[in-house]
Amino acid sequence: MPFVLRSALLTMLLSSVSLQAAELLNASYDVTREFYKDFNPAFTQYWKDKTGETVTINQSHGGSSKQARAVIDGLEADVITMNRSADIDVLAQKAKLIPANWQTRLPNNSVPSASPTVFLVRKGNPKHIKDWDDLVRPGVAVVIPNPKTSGNGKYSYLGAWGYVTQKGGDATKARQFVTELFKHVSVLDTGGRGATTTFAQREIGDVLLTFENEVHLIQQEFGDDKYEAVYPSLTVLAENPVAWVDKVVDKKGTRKLAQAYLEYHFSAQGQAIAAKHYLRPQVTDAGQPAFKKVNTFTVKQAFGSWSDAEQTHFSDGGIFDQIYLK
Amino acid sequence: MKKKKKHLLPGFGLSLGYTLVYLSLIVLIPLAAVFLRSAELGPSEFWAVVTTPRVLATYRLTFGASLIAALINLVFGLLTAWVLVRYQFFGKKVLDALVDLPFALPTAVAGISLTAIYAPNGWLGQWLEPHGIKVAFTPLGVVVALTFIGLPFVVRTVQPILEDFSAEAEEAAASLGANRWQTFYKIILPAIWPALLTGFSLAFARAVGEYGSVIFIAGNMPMVSEITPLMIITKLEQYDYAGATAIAVVMLVISFALLLIINLLQWWSSHRHGNRA
Repeated sequence: MPFVLRSALLTMLLSSVSLQAAELLNASYDVTREFYKDFNPAFTQYWKDKTGETVTINQSHGGSSKQARAVIDGLEADVITMNRSADIDVLAQKAKLIPANWQTRLPNNSVPSASPTVFLVRKGNPKHIKDWDDLVRPGVAVVIPNPKTSGNGKYSYLGAWGYVTQKGGDATKARQFVTELFKHVSVLDTGGRGATTTFAQREIGDVLLTFENEVHLIQQEFGDDKYEAVYPSLTVLAENPVAWVDKVVDKKGTRKLAQAYLEYHFSAQGQAIAAKHYLRPQVTDAGQPAFKKVNTFTVKQAFGSWSDAEQTHFSDGGIFDQIYLK
Repeated sequence: MKKKKKHLLPGFGLSLGYTLVYLSLIVLIPLAAVFLRSAELGPSEFWAVVTTPRVLATYRLTFGASLIAALINLVFGLLTAWVLVRYQFFGKKVLDALVDLPFALPTAVAGISLTAIYAPNGWLGQWLEPHGIKVAFTPLGVVVALTFIGLPFVVRTVQPILEDFSAEAEEAAASLGANRWQTFYKIILPAIWPALLTGFSLAFARAVGEYGSVIFIAGNMPMVSEITPLMIITKLEQYDYAGATAIAVVMLVISFALLLIINLLQWWSSHRHGNRA
């Protein structure tokens, strides 16, 4: 069977080539596909100019906790780029793949970009939704993905809670508000993109709560004239942290490259690419004028830390579970 | 006559050994891993995880909807098999091929299409909605999805039995004075009963484990339209492996018990039928 032989030889040849060229695997969450399609070639070019080395960046996308789980279970990702620091913390807590202080290794707590949770309403804003309080008016239907399974949903929930507490309300008030809010939610999709489909294609609900960058993608995808973004007076800022996975980069000998790749996120070029994809740059003001001014709080500011928020609100029997049991 | 029992076909030892190794590799070892993982929890913890009100609600929906869906498929699967075997008509081959489609379709595709059709703005949903019938994003939607994915089982198990069933037996019954209902009830039904039960249990088992198609149409509201597999996924999302496997163990045990009961029922009915004949 000469054909089999030939293809076997070819495979061997190809794999030996790829052994020489440096390779990185980036485990990321669902909606960064478009961003990394721009970012990776820019970095490859930058690295080639700087060192003469050709690198290949492979991407793996999926739900954020699913990706973190895959890395814990042995997916050899050199770097992990998520939308919640909790999904990177678990690499330290559950598997000791990275040190617990990973956030201190890169600028701005390892957060190159962020996106606030905003509202998307139908054209003309027929229900006059301006702020969080309008979401719980009678007759308003809200679409939020399930906070138990979706980072996007967690941010929306925490945004509602923080809106109350940051304005001086206590936990009882916040709980009342969040309970009322979820009474206006009739579908809990498992992920952010599912919620987008429910809102845009099934035409369910008057308002979708999601990240600002997703809002822009929706407007591109379904047409500018069908939806409007509404910026509440105060909202949560979803930070997108990045980290290299020490155990993996040491094994593969890619530490230097992985570090450079992540540092490039914080460079002027990296920040500009983020801005192009409507992710708010956090260390330079590249493209900032294009972003609407919005008052935000981070999870750390409003809840102490992600693990505290996770424990209090989303663990089994936590407050989110309780509001459905009454 | 107390000699070693001889098998008609040679190679029993070898083939049994092969079967056991194969089943162990493919089925038993992964399942054992599930049990081991859930054993990380103490008994009281295990019990607490699998009996929270929210999880209990999902058992009711998953097993209830699966049962309803399998019953629907039992009736309409038999009807479909009957039509395909007993009548000749234009387009029969196409119809026959159509039956297998739910097998071939990725379940997520099925879920998305069903949701699109039954959503309030969908082809069917827009006519049902004004009459107060909500399908998508309700438990009813779950039944619809499970009925869809379970359709081929009853048809494909009953069809060959019906094909082999000789028309003479029916003619004989008729000539002995049986009316149509008696012919069906006393002659045909006993013959296809084991196959019907098999198809029913396959459809049921498939429905219990189904995730992909249901998740899109269910709406996933806690206490109302969450299925048990979603609970498992939710636990995994929280990095709670032990909790996820605990619920998986409960599903496994219930499913196994139900399938065992169905198998016993089948054995008992074929036995009774065999004695009578």
